[in-house]
Amino acid sequence: MFVTPGYAQETAPASGDAHGGTTPVAAETGAHTEAAGDAHGKAGFPPFEPTYFPSQLLWLAITFGLFYLFLKKVVLPRIGNILEVRRDRIAHDLDTAARLKEDADAAIAAYEQELADARAKSNRIAQDARDAAKAEADAERKVVETSLNARLVDAEARIATVRASAMKDVGAIAEETATAILQSLVGSADKSAVAAAVKDQRS
Amino acid sequence: MAADKVDPIHQFHINPLIEIPVGGYDLSFTNSSLFMVATVVVASAFLYLSTSSRGLIPSRMQSISEMSYEFIANMLRDSAGTAGMKFFPLVFSLFMFVLVANLLGMFPYFFTITSHIIVTFALAMLVIGTVIVYGFWKHGLGFLKLFVPHGIPGALVPLVVLIEVISFLSRPISLSVRLFANMLAGHITLKVFAGFVASLSTMGALGVAGSILPLAMAVALTGLEFLVAFLQAYVFAVLTCMYLNDAIHPGH
Repeated sequence: MFVTPGYAQETAPASGDAHGGTTPVAAETGAHTEAAGDAHGKAGFPPFEPTYFPSQLLWLAITFGLFYLFLKKVVLPRIGNILEVRRDRIAHDLDTAARLKEDADAAIAAYEQELADARAKSNRIAQDARDAAKAEADAERKVVETSLNARLVDAEARIATVRASAMKDVGAIAEETATAILQSLVGSADKSAVAAAVKDQRS
Repeated sequence: MAADKVDPIHQFHINPLIEIPVGGYDLSFTNSSLFMVATVVVASAFLYLSTSSRGLIPSRMQSISEMSYEFIANMLRDSAGTAGMKFFPLVFSLFMFVLVANLLGMFPYFFTITSHIIVTFALAMLVIGTVIVYGFWKHGLGFLKLFVPHGIPGALVPLVVLIEVISFLSRPISLSVRLFANMLAGHITLKVFAGFVASLSTMGALGVAGSILPLAMAVALTGLEFLVAFLQAYVFAVLTCMYLNDAIHPGH
């Protein structure tokens, strides 16, 4: 059944050529068709020709069987092994990379911790220095203020003394002055009256 | 001579190289046997030599071997699960054998062993035989649940079982005929178009000019045939995986 279309396909163009072509070609294709026909009659369509079926089955069994065994015993374990080694290696490398990354992260964290510590320490030192300077300044100011106050008190006391002595003298001076004025105006002066008048005026 | 050149069937003829008649059978070493040996030698040598350096970083050739390994392994794992991996050597051998046989057939004057129905049928029966033997060995009569899908009404069971049985029995036929017919038809078509080029070229300048069309066709078909050579090996392997899945998980 498969033979017929194959031959139809083959012979149809050949006869078409024969009609269109020159005589020798026509003869040739004719001969060819005949030869093919002969071959067909003799052997049949090769794939359906059972003569060599046993031979093909035997040799297929031998070759495919050996091929199967060779692949199963040698090639496939080898390729499988190659792929496994590579997978292991990649997994191992990834593990190493992850571990190294962890190490790096830890180092970064430690560095940052140290940096923060140093910063805190420097802040503390600066604060201490500031505090100490402030305390010293305060103490000094207190000393200065105390001494100033003492001097102020001294000065006020002296002023008071001076003032008191000055005020004590004022009466005598006023009497003297009044007596002198009276003598030059009146010629005589009653000292006790002048003193009483001065005292009167001052109070 | 001209007949030989243009006869598209000639390439499928089997010629005995070493006659080995045993009993009533002809077990001769033929050109078909020769190309079976060639297929096995080429495939084995390629896989063996390309992986001999066991490079951690694969060379190009090693990459091809590894890619085919992982390609088939993933295909089998996807369709039959991890339980199917015990059939990996079988599926890989079938794929490589069919692929290399198809590709070797693309060389001019080379014999295409997969263009013979008996070869593809034997390979298909190997698959179906494995499915049946493993199915009964693993699940006993439970393997027959393959023919009774879950959740169908009782009245429909006989009909569905009949359909399932027919579909199961047609598997080796469809599996073998698909590969065989593709290779056969492809090579015949290629030969016919190439034959046009040859016969048109004998017809003078006009014929030579006219032969450009079938030549272009033959070139395009060659490309297509390389695709078909790979595709049919792939299809054969995929269907093998799916049938093996039935043997491993017969309960649908």
